[in-house]
Amino acid sequence: METLAIYALPWEFSPTVFVVCSFAAVIYWRGLQRLRRSGKRVRLWQCVCFYFGLLLGYAVLQTYIDYLAQHMFWVHRLQHLVLHHLAPVLLIAGAQGQILTQGVPDRWRRWAEPAKSQLRWAGYAFRLVQHPVLASLLFVGLIYFWLIPEVHFTAMLDARRYRLMNWSMAVDGLLFWWLILTPRRAHGSGSVGYGSRILMLCFVAALQIFIGAYITFHKEILFDVYAICGRAWAISPLVDQQLGGLITWIPPAMMSGIGLLVVLHFIMHDSRERRLSSADPQEMAFAATDES
Amino acid sequence: MRGLLASCALALSGFLTACSTHTAPFNLANIGGLMPDLAFQMSDENGRNVAAHNYRGKVVLLYFGYTSCPDACPTTLVALSQAVSQLDSAGKRVRVLFVTVDPKRDTTAVLKRYVSAFGPQFTGLHGDDTSLSRLARRYRVAYRLEPPNADGSYAVDHSNAVFIFDSQGRARLLARAGDTPKSIATDLSRLVSNAEPGPLTP
Repeated sequence: METLAIYALPWEFSPTVFVVCSFAAVIYWRGLQRLRRSGKRVRLWQCVCFYFGLLLGYAVLQTYIDYLAQHMFWVHRLQHLVLHHLAPVLLIAGAQGQILTQGVPDRWRRWAEPAKSQLRWAGYAFRLVQHPVLASLLFVGLIYFWLIPEVHFTAMLDARRYRLMNWSMAVDGLLFWWLILTPRRAHGSGSVGYGSRILMLCFVAALQIFIGAYITFHKEILFDVYAICGRAWAISPLVDQQLGGLITWIPPAMMSGIGLLVVLHFIMHDSRERRLSSADPQEMAFAATDES
Repeated sequence: MRGLLASCALALSGFLTACSTHTAPFNLANIGGLMPDLAFQMSDENGRNVAAHNYRGKVVLLYFGYTSCPDACPTTLVALSQAVSQLDSAGKRVRVLFVTVDPKRDTTAVLKRYVSAFGPQFTGLHGDDTSLSRLARRYRVAYRLEPPNADGSYAVDHSNAVFIFDSQGRARLLARAGDTPKSIATDLSRLVSNAEPGPLTP
Protein backbone atom coordinates (compact mmCIF):
# COMPACT_ATOMS: atom_id res chain seq x y z
CA MET A 1 0.00 0.00 0.00
CA GLU A 2 2.82 2.33 0.91
CA THR A 3 4.59 1.78 -2.42
CA LEU A 4 1.38 2.55 -4.32
CA ALA A 5 1.07 5.87 -2.53
CA ILE A 6 4.59 6.82 -3.65
CA TYR A 7 3.50 6.49 -7.29
CA ALA A 8 0.75 9.03 -6.71
CA LEU A 9 3.13 11.65 -5.34
CA PRO A 10 4.39 14.32 -7.74
CA TRP A 11 7.52 13.28 -9.63
CA GLU A 12 8.47 16.93 -10.20
CA PHE A 13 6.16 19.03 -8.09
CA SER A 14 4.64 21.96 -9.95
CA PRO A 15 2.85 24.48 -7.72
CA THR A 16 1.14 25.91 -10.81
CA VAL A 17 -0.51 22.61 -11.72
CA PHE A 18 -1.56 22.05 -8.14
CA VAL A 19 -3.05 25.53 -7.77
CA VAL A 20 -4.82 25.47 -11.14
CA CYS A 21 -6.37 22.04 -10.56
CA SER A 22 -7.46 22.83 -7.00
CA PHE A 23 -8.86 26.16 -8.13
CA ALA A 24 -10.85 24.58 -10.97
CA ALA A 25 -12.19 21.88 -8.64
CA VAL A 26 -13.33 24.42 -6.06
CA ILE A 27 -14.88 26.85 -8.57
CA TYR A 28 -16.80 24.00 -10.22
CA TRP A 29 -18.09 22.79 -6.86
CA ARG A 30 -19.23 26.31 -5.97
CA GLY A 31 -20.98 26.56 -9.34
CA LEU A 32 -22.79 23.28 -8.71
CA GLN A 33 -23.98 24.41 -5.29
CA ARG A 34 -25.16 27.77 -6.63
CA LEU A 35 -27.10 26.17 -9.47
CA ARG A 36 -28.62 23.65 -7.07
CA ARG A 37 -29.76 26.49 -4.77
CA SER A 38 -31.44 28.26 -7.70
CA GLY A 39 -33.26 25.05 -8.57
CA LYS A 40 -31.25 23.90 -11.61
CA ARG A 41 -29.92 20.37 -11.14
CA VAL A 42 -26.78 19.49 -13.02
CA ARG A 43 -26.71 15.97 -14.41
CA LEU A 44 -24.40 13.48 -12.72
CA TRP A 45 -22.56 12.56 -15.90
CA GLN A 46 -21.43 16.18 -16.26
CA CYS A 47 -19.94 16.29 -12.77
CA VAL A 48 -18.22 12.95 -13.30
CA CYS A 49 -16.83 14.14 -16.65
CA PHE A 50 -15.40 17.31 -15.20
CA TYR A 51 -13.75 15.80 -12.16
CA PHE A 52 -12.48 12.80 -14.09
CA GLY A 53 -10.95 15.12 -16.70
CA LEU A 54 -9.30 17.16 -13.97
CA LEU A 55 -7.98 14.00 -12.30
CA LEU A 56 -6.59 12.66 -15.58
CA GLY A 57 -4.85 15.96 -16.32
CA TYR A 58 -3.36 16.11 -12.85
CA ALA A 59 -2.32 12.45 -12.94
CA VAL A 60 -0.38 12.67 -16.21
CA LEU A 61 1.35 15.88 -15.17
CA GLN A 62 2.29 15.13 -11.60
CA THR A 63 2.23 11.46 -10.64
CA TYR A 64 4.68 8.68 -11.56
CA ILE A 65 3.15 8.77 -15.05
CA ASP A 66 5.14 11.96 -15.62
CA TYR A 67 8.37 10.09 -14.87
CA LEU A 68 7.36 7.35 -17.31
CA ALA A 69 6.47 9.99 -19.91
CA GLN A 70 9.94 11.51 -19.61
CA HIS A 71 11.53 8.13 -20.19
CA MET A 72 9.38 6.35 -22.74
CA PHE A 73 8.10 7.75 -25.99
CA TRP A 74 4.78 5.92 -25.98
CA VAL A 75 3.91 7.16 -22.48
CA HIS A 76 4.86 10.67 -23.56
CA ARG A 77 2.37 10.36 -26.46
CA LEU A 78 -0.24 9.07 -24.03
CA GLN A 79 0.42 12.06 -21.80
CA HIS A 80 -0.14 14.41 -24.71
CA LEU A 81 -3.26 12.53 -25.76
CA VAL A 82 -4.69 13.29 -22.34
CA LEU A 83 -3.49 16.91 -22.27
CA HIS A 84 -4.45 17.81 -25.83
CA HIS A 85 -7.59 15.71 -26.36
CA LEU A 86 -9.09 13.69 -23.50
CA ALA A 87 -8.88 16.04 -20.54
CA PRO A 88 -10.09 19.15 -22.45
CA VAL A 89 -13.04 17.24 -23.94
CA LEU A 90 -14.05 15.89 -20.51
CA LEU A 91 -13.59 19.27 -18.82
CA ILE A 92 -15.61 21.13 -21.44
CA ALA A 93 -18.39 18.54 -21.52
CA GLY A 94 -18.58 18.78 -17.75
CA ALA A 95 -18.53 22.56 -17.67
CA GLN A 96 -21.47 23.09 -20.08
CA GLY A 97 -24.21 25.25 -18.67
CA GLN A 98 -22.28 28.13 -17.15
CA ILE A 99 -21.24 26.07 -14.12
CA LEU A 100 -17.78 27.59 -13.89
CA THR A 101 -18.97 31.17 -14.34
CA GLN A 102 -21.57 30.58 -11.63
CA GLY A 103 -18.81 29.32 -9.37
CA VAL A 104 -16.68 32.46 -9.63
CA PRO A 105 -17.34 34.64 -6.55
CA ASP A 106 -19.46 37.75 -7.26
CA ARG A 107 -16.83 39.92 -5.62
CA TRP A 108 -14.28 38.88 -8.25
CA ARG A 109 -16.68 39.56 -11.09
CA ARG A 110 -17.42 43.03 -9.72
CA TRP A 111 -13.67 43.65 -9.43
CA ALA A 112 -13.13 42.62 -13.07
CA GLU A 113 -15.87 44.99 -14.38
CA PRO A 114 -13.89 48.25 -14.49
CA ALA A 115 -10.89 46.42 -15.98
CA LYS A 116 -13.00 45.24 -18.95
CA SER A 117 -11.94 48.12 -21.22
CA GLN A 118 -8.25 47.43 -20.54
CA LEU A 119 -8.78 43.75 -21.23
CA ARG A 120 -10.07 44.50 -24.73
CA TRP A 121 -6.66 43.58 -26.21
CA ALA A 122 -7.02 40.19 -24.53
CA GLY A 123 -10.38 39.85 -26.24
CA TYR A 124 -8.82 40.62 -29.63
CA ALA A 125 -5.99 38.13 -29.07
CA PHE A 126 -8.53 35.52 -28.03
CA ARG A 127 -10.71 36.07 -31.11
CA LEU A 128 -7.62 35.88 -33.31
CA VAL A 129 -6.50 32.59 -31.83
CA GLN A 130 -10.04 31.19 -32.09
CA HIS A 131 -10.37 31.94 -35.78
CA PRO A 132 -11.10 28.53 -37.37
CA VAL A 133 -8.04 28.50 -39.63
CA LEU A 134 -5.62 29.69 -36.97
CA ALA A 135 -7.14 27.47 -34.28
CA SER A 136 -6.79 24.34 -36.46
CA LEU A 137 -3.25 25.26 -37.52
CA LEU A 138 -2.27 25.90 -33.92
CA PHE A 139 -3.82 22.62 -32.76
CA VAL A 140 -1.89 20.40 -35.18
CA GLY A 141 1.01 22.81 -35.50
CA LEU A 142 1.88 22.37 -31.85
CA ILE A 143 1.78 18.57 -32.21
CA TYR A 144 4.12 18.71 -35.21
CA PHE A 145 6.39 21.28 -33.56
CA TRP A 146 7.05 19.28 -30.42
CA LEU A 147 7.65 16.15 -32.54
CA ILE A 148 10.45 17.75 -34.57
CA PRO A 149 13.39 15.58 -33.40
CA GLU A 150 15.69 18.52 -32.51
CA VAL A 151 12.91 20.32 -30.63
CA HIS A 152 11.83 17.10 -28.91
CA PHE A 153 15.43 16.51 -27.83
CA THR A 154 15.72 19.89 -26.12
CA ALA A 155 12.23 19.62 -24.60
CA MET A 156 13.11 16.33 -22.92
CA LEU A 157 16.41 17.62 -21.52
CA ASP A 158 15.45 21.14 -20.47
CA ALA A 159 12.96 21.17 -17.58
CA ARG A 160 11.60 24.60 -18.54
CA ARG A 161 10.95 23.66 -22.14
CA TYR A 162 9.34 20.42 -20.98
CA ARG A 163 6.89 22.36 -18.81
CA LEU A 164 6.26 24.80 -21.66
CA MET A 165 5.53 21.89 -23.98
CA ASN A 166 2.99 20.33 -21.63
CA TRP A 167 1.32 23.63 -20.77
CA SER A 168 1.05 24.62 -24.43
CA MET A 169 -0.64 21.31 -25.22
CA ALA A 170 -3.08 21.63 -22.33
CA VAL A 171 -4.02 25.26 -22.96
CA ASP A 172 -4.34 24.87 -26.72
CA GLY A 173 -6.36 21.67 -26.21
CA LEU A 174 -8.81 23.60 -24.06
CA LEU A 175 -9.06 26.43 -26.60
CA PHE A 176 -9.65 24.12 -29.56
CA TRP A 177 -12.18 21.80 -27.96
CA TRP A 178 -14.03 24.71 -26.35
CA LEU A 179 -14.44 26.09 -29.86
CA ILE A 180 -15.70 22.77 -31.23
CA LEU A 181 -17.84 21.47 -28.40
CA THR A 182 -19.77 24.51 -27.21
CA PRO A 183 -23.14 24.95 -28.94
CA ARG A 184 -23.64 28.16 -30.87
CA ARG A 185 -26.12 29.85 -28.54
CA ALA A 186 -23.51 29.81 -25.72
CA HIS A 187 -20.96 31.72 -27.82
CA GLY A 188 -23.32 34.50 -28.79
CA SER A 189 -22.72 36.33 -32.05
CA GLY A 190 -19.57 35.56 -34.00
CA SER A 191 -19.26 31.94 -32.93
CA VAL A 192 -17.88 29.50 -35.43
CA GLY A 193 -20.43 27.83 -37.69
CA TYR A 194 -21.02 24.10 -37.52
CA GLY A 195 -19.86 23.60 -41.10
CA SER A 196 -16.51 25.21 -40.28
CA ARG A 197 -16.18 23.01 -37.22
CA ILE A 198 -16.67 19.87 -39.30
CA LEU A 199 -13.95 21.05 -41.68
CA MET A 200 -11.64 21.83 -38.77
CA LEU A 201 -12.15 18.35 -37.30
CA CYS A 202 -11.44 16.66 -40.64
CA PHE A 203 -8.36 18.80 -41.16
CA VAL A 204 -6.81 18.07 -37.77
CA ALA A 205 -7.69 14.37 -38.02
CA ALA A 206 -6.00 14.05 -41.42
CA LEU A 207 -2.80 15.73 -40.26
CA GLN A 208 -2.62 13.68 -37.09
CA ILE A 209 -3.20 10.46 -39.01
CA PHE A 210 -0.35 11.45 -41.33
CA ILE A 211 2.21 12.12 -38.61
CA GLY A 212 1.08 9.12 -36.53
CA ALA A 213 1.45 6.78 -39.49
CA TYR A 214 4.80 8.34 -40.41
CA ILE A 215 6.20 7.70 -36.94
CA THR A 216 4.71 4.19 -36.75
CA PHE A 217 6.19 3.03 -40.03
CA HIS A 218 9.52 4.85 -39.84
CA LYS A 219 12.36 2.32 -39.81
CA GLU A 220 14.93 4.43 -37.94
CA ILE A 221 14.83 5.88 -34.47
CA LEU A 222 13.63 9.47 -34.65
CA PHE A 223 13.97 10.37 -30.99
CA ASP A 224 17.27 9.22 -29.52
CA VAL A 225 16.76 11.22 -26.33
CA TYR A 226 15.02 8.22 -24.75
CA ALA A 227 18.12 6.06 -25.19
CA ILE A 228 20.24 8.94 -23.88
CA CYS A 229 18.18 9.38 -20.74
CA GLY A 230 17.49 5.68 -20.32
CA ARG A 231 14.09 4.03 -20.66
CA ALA A 232 12.00 3.36 -17.58
CA TRP A 233 10.89 -0.11 -18.72
CA ALA A 234 12.63 -2.74 -20.81
CA ILE A 235 11.23 -2.06 -24.26
CA SER A 236 12.97 -2.02 -27.62
CA PRO A 237 13.48 1.51 -29.02
CA LEU A 238 11.68 0.69 -32.25
CA VAL A 239 8.68 -0.87 -30.47
CA ASP A 240 8.54 2.20 -28.21
CA GLN A 241 8.46 4.44 -31.27
CA GLN A 242 5.87 2.31 -33.05
CA LEU A 243 3.56 2.28 -30.02
CA GLY A 244 3.96 6.02 -29.71
CA GLY A 245 3.17 6.43 -33.39
CA LEU A 246 0.00 4.38 -33.02
CA ILE A 247 -1.07 6.48 -30.03
CA THR A 248 -0.48 9.62 -32.10
CA TRP A 249 -2.46 8.18 -35.01
CA ILE A 250 -5.55 6.32 -33.83
CA PRO A 251 -6.98 7.87 -30.64
CA PRO A 252 -6.79 11.46 -31.99
CA ALA A 253 -8.63 10.37 -35.14
CA MET A 254 -11.29 8.84 -32.90
CA MET A 255 -11.52 12.09 -30.94
CA SER A 256 -12.20 13.95 -34.18
CA GLY A 257 -14.89 11.37 -34.88
CA ILE A 258 -16.47 12.00 -31.49
CA GLY A 259 -16.25 15.74 -32.15
CA LEU A 260 -18.07 15.24 -35.44
CA LEU A 261 -20.86 13.33 -33.70
CA VAL A 262 -21.27 16.10 -31.14
CA VAL A 263 -21.40 18.80 -33.84
CA LEU A 264 -23.97 16.75 -35.77
CA HIS A 265 -26.00 16.49 -32.57
CA PHE A 266 -25.87 20.30 -32.22
CA ILE A 267 -26.99 20.74 -35.85
CA MET A 268 -29.94 18.41 -35.39
CA HIS A 269 -30.86 19.98 -32.06
CA ASP A 270 -30.72 23.50 -33.50
CA SER A 271 -32.78 22.59 -36.56
CA ARG A 272 -35.42 20.98 -34.34
CA GLU A 273 -35.59 24.08 -32.16
CA ARG A 274 -35.95 26.28 -35.23
CA ARG A 275 -38.72 24.02 -36.53
CA LEU A 276 -40.60 24.12 -33.24
CA SER A 277 -40.28 27.88 -32.74
CA SER A 278 -41.43 28.74 -36.28
CA ALA A 279 -44.42 26.35 -36.16
CA ASP A 280 -47.93 27.35 -34.93
CA PRO A 281 -49.21 26.02 -31.55
CA GLN A 282 -51.27 23.18 -33.10
CA GLU A 283 -48.28 21.94 -35.08
CA MET A 284 -46.12 22.16 -31.98
CA ALA A 285 -48.50 19.97 -29.99
CA PHE A 286 -48.50 17.52 -32.91
CA ALA A 287 -44.69 17.48 -33.06
CA ALA A 288 -44.51 17.01 -29.27
CA THR A 289 -46.76 13.94 -29.35
CA ASP A 290 -44.85 12.69 -32.40
CA GLU A 291 -41.53 12.69 -30.58
CA SER A 292 -42.79 11.26 -27.29
CA MET B 1 -6.56 42.41 -37.63
CA ARG B 2 -3.70 42.52 -40.12
CA GLY B 3 -1.57 44.50 -37.66
CA LEU B 4 -2.13 41.83 -35.04
CA LEU B 5 -1.13 39.05 -37.46
CA ALA B 6 2.04 40.96 -38.43
CA SER B 7 3.07 41.48 -34.83
CA CYS B 8 2.46 37.80 -34.08
CA ALA B 9 4.68 36.78 -36.99
CA LEU B 10 7.38 39.16 -35.80
CA ALA B 11 7.23 37.81 -32.25
CA LEU B 12 7.45 34.22 -33.49
CA SER B 13 10.52 34.90 -35.64
CA GLY B 14 12.15 36.73 -32.74
CA PHE B 15 11.52 33.76 -30.48
CA LEU B 16 13.01 31.33 -33.00
CA THR B 17 16.17 33.35 -33.67
CA ALA B 18 16.75 33.86 -29.95
CA CYS B 19 17.07 30.10 -29.63
CA SER B 20 20.05 29.86 -32.00
CA THR B 21 23.63 30.12 -30.74
CA HIS B 22 26.37 32.21 -32.32
CA THR B 23 29.37 29.95 -31.62
CA ALA B 24 30.86 27.55 -34.16
CA PRO B 25 29.10 24.19 -33.95
CA PHE B 26 30.52 21.45 -31.73
CA ASN B 27 30.87 17.83 -32.85
CA LEU B 28 28.87 16.65 -29.87
CA ALA B 29 25.28 17.60 -29.07
CA ASN B 30 25.19 21.13 -27.66
CA ILE B 31 23.11 21.22 -24.50
CA GLY B 32 24.33 24.62 -23.36
CA GLY B 33 21.63 26.45 -21.43
CA LEU B 34 19.38 23.39 -21.29
CA MET B 35 20.47 21.63 -18.13
CA PRO B 36 21.33 22.79 -14.61
CA ASP B 37 24.90 23.32 -13.36
CA LEU B 38 26.82 20.39 -11.93
CA ALA B 39 25.77 19.75 -8.34
CA PHE B 40 26.03 16.66 -6.17
CA GLN B 41 27.05 15.34 -2.77
CA MET B 42 28.76 11.96 -2.93
CA SER B 43 31.87 10.12 -1.84
CA ASP B 44 34.71 9.35 -4.23
CA GLU B 45 36.63 6.10 -4.67
CA ASN B 46 38.91 7.01 -1.77
CA GLY B 47 35.98 7.40 0.58
CA ARG B 48 36.21 11.20 0.77
CA ASN B 49 33.06 13.29 0.68
CA VAL B 50 33.08 15.34 -2.49
CA ALA B 51 30.77 17.88 -4.05
CA ALA B 52 30.59 19.56 -7.43
CA HIS B 53 32.59 22.60 -6.31
CA ASN B 54 35.60 20.32 -5.71
CA TYR B 55 35.82 19.97 -9.49
CA ARG B 56 35.50 23.63 -10.46
CA GLY B 57 38.27 24.65 -12.79
CA LYS B 58 38.22 21.26 -14.49
CA VAL B 59 36.18 20.16 -17.48
CA VAL B 60 33.98 17.39 -16.08
CA LEU B 61 32.52 14.39 -17.91
CA LEU B 62 29.67 12.79 -15.98
CA TYR B 63 28.72 9.20 -16.73
CA PHE B 64 26.31 6.83 -14.99
CA GLY B 65 27.19 3.14 -14.96
CA TYR B 66 28.22 0.22 -12.77
CA THR B 67 31.31 -1.98 -12.54
CA SER B 68 29.54 -5.26 -13.36
CA CYS B 69 28.28 -3.78 -16.62
CA PRO B 70 29.19 -6.27 -19.39
CA ASP B 71 29.65 -4.00 -22.41
CA ALA B 72 28.23 -0.46 -22.42
CA CYS B 73 30.26 0.99 -19.55
CA PRO B 74 33.68 -0.44 -20.48
CA THR B 75 33.19 0.59 -24.12
CA THR B 76 32.21 4.13 -23.18
CA LEU B 77 34.94 4.51 -20.58
CA VAL B 78 37.59 3.21 -22.99
CA ALA B 79 36.42 5.72 -25.59
CA LEU B 80 36.59 8.52 -23.01
CA SER B 81 40.04 7.36 -21.95
CA GLN B 82 41.21 7.51 -25.57
CA ALA B 83 39.71 10.98 -25.96
CA VAL B 84 41.45 12.26 -22.83
CA SER B 85 44.82 10.80 -23.86
CA GLN B 86 44.51 12.60 -27.22
CA LEU B 87 44.47 15.88 -25.30
CA ASP B 88 48.08 15.37 -24.08
CA SER B 89 48.89 18.02 -21.47
CA ALA B 90 45.39 19.52 -21.56
CA GLY B 91 44.13 16.20 -20.25
CA LYS B 92 45.21 17.27 -16.77
CA ARG B 93 42.34 19.77 -16.77
CA VAL B 94 39.75 17.06 -17.44
CA ARG B 95 37.99 14.77 -14.94
CA VAL B 96 35.72 11.85 -15.74
CA LEU B 97 33.20 11.21 -12.96
CA PHE B 98 31.84 7.67 -13.06
CA VAL B 99 28.70 7.59 -10.91
CA THR B 100 27.70 4.09 -9.90
CA VAL B 101 24.02 3.23 -10.26
CA ASP B 102 24.64 0.05 -8.26
CA PRO B 103 25.82 1.44 -4.89
CA LYS B 104 25.11 -1.85 -3.10
CA ARG B 105 27.65 -3.93 -5.05
CA ASP B 106 30.02 -1.13 -6.09
CA THR B 107 31.72 -0.38 -2.79
CA THR B 108 34.48 2.21 -2.54
CA ALA B 109 37.19 -0.45 -2.95
CA VAL B 110 35.49 -1.99 -6.00
CA LEU B 111 35.09 1.44 -7.58
CA LYS B 112 38.73 2.36 -6.96
CA ARG B 113 39.96 -0.82 -8.65
CA TYR B 114 37.66 -0.23 -11.60
CA VAL B 115 38.33 3.44 -12.38
CA SER B 116 42.08 3.23 -11.85
CA ALA B 117 42.21 0.95 -14.92
CA PHE B 118 41.12 3.80 -17.17
CA GLY B 119 43.44 6.59 -16.13
CA PRO B 120 44.35 9.11 -13.43
CA GLN B 121 41.63 11.50 -14.55
CA PHE B 122 38.93 8.93 -13.77
CA THR B 123 37.07 9.24 -10.47
CA GLY B 124 34.39 6.95 -9.12
CA LEU B 125 31.44 8.47 -7.27
CA HIS B 126 29.38 6.54 -4.78
CA GLY B 127 26.21 7.85 -3.19
CA ASP B 128 23.34 6.46 -1.17
CA ASP B 129 19.97 5.92 -2.86
CA THR B 130 18.77 9.45 -2.07
CA SER B 131 21.77 11.35 -3.41
CA LEU B 132 21.97 9.05 -6.44
CA SER B 133 18.30 9.47 -7.36
CA ARG B 134 18.60 13.23 -6.81
CA LEU B 135 21.53 13.45 -9.20
CA ALA B 136 19.82 11.20 -11.74
CA ARG B 137 16.64 13.25 -11.57
CA ARG B 138 18.63 16.45 -11.99
CA TYR B 139 19.97 15.23 -15.33
CA ARG B 140 16.81 13.37 -16.22
CA VAL B 141 18.46 9.97 -16.42
CA ALA B 142 16.73 6.74 -15.53
CA TYR B 143 18.32 3.62 -14.13
CA ARG B 144 16.63 0.39 -13.22
CA LEU B 145 17.84 -2.65 -11.31
CA GLU B 146 16.72 -5.70 -13.27
CA PRO B 147 15.39 -8.79 -11.52
CA PRO B 148 18.23 -11.01 -10.17
CA ASN B 149 19.31 -14.21 -11.91
CA ALA B 150 19.46 -17.63 -10.24
CA ASP B 151 22.96 -16.94 -8.89
CA GLY B 152 21.91 -13.60 -7.41
CA SER B 153 23.61 -11.42 -10.00
CA TYR B 154 21.64 -8.72 -11.74
CA ALA B 155 22.07 -6.15 -14.45
CA VAL B 156 21.27 -2.46 -14.20
CA ASP B 157 19.66 -0.69 -17.11
CA HIS B 158 21.04 2.82 -17.39
CA SER B 159 21.49 5.83 -19.65
CA ASN B 160 24.38 5.77 -22.10
CA ALA B 161 24.93 9.54 -22.12
CA VAL B 162 28.05 11.40 -21.06
CA PHE B 163 27.26 14.89 -19.79
CA ILE B 164 30.11 17.34 -20.28
CA PHE B 165 30.46 20.42 -18.06
CA ASP B 166 32.87 23.31 -18.54
CA SER B 167 35.27 24.55 -15.87
CA GLN B 168 32.56 26.71 -14.31
CA GLY B 169 30.33 23.68 -13.87
CA ARG B 170 27.90 24.62 -16.61
CA ALA B 171 26.37 21.86 -18.73
CA ARG B 172 27.68 22.27 -22.28
CA LEU B 173 27.78 19.06 -24.30
CA LEU B 174 26.32 15.59 -24.48
CA ALA B 175 28.32 12.66 -25.86
CA ARG B 176 26.26 9.78 -27.23
CA ALA B 177 26.91 6.20 -28.27
CA GLY B 178 28.02 7.03 -31.84
CA ASP B 179 30.51 9.79 -30.97
CA THR B 180 34.16 8.92 -31.71
CA PRO B 181 37.06 9.60 -29.28
CA LYS B 182 38.49 12.07 -31.81
CA SER B 183 35.33 14.19 -31.96
CA ILE B 184 35.08 14.13 -28.17
CA ALA B 185 38.74 15.17 -27.85
CA THR B 186 38.31 18.11 -30.25
CA ASP B 187 35.37 19.46 -28.31
CA LEU B 188 37.05 18.87 -24.95
CA SER B 189 40.10 20.87 -26.00
CA ARG B 190 37.82 23.77 -26.92
CA LEU B 191 36.20 23.68 -23.51
CA VAL B 192 39.52 23.31 -21.73
CA SER B 193 40.99 26.34 -23.46
CA ASN B 194 37.82 28.15 -22.25
CA ALA B 195 37.47 29.91 -25.56
CA GLU B 196 33.70 30.33 -25.40
CA PRO B 197 31.96 31.41 -22.21
CA GLY B 198 28.78 29.56 -23.10
CA PRO B 199 25.13 30.60 -22.72
CA LEU B 200 23.37 31.38 -19.44
CA THR B 201 22.17 28.42 -17.48
CA PRO B 202 18.70 27.99 -15.92
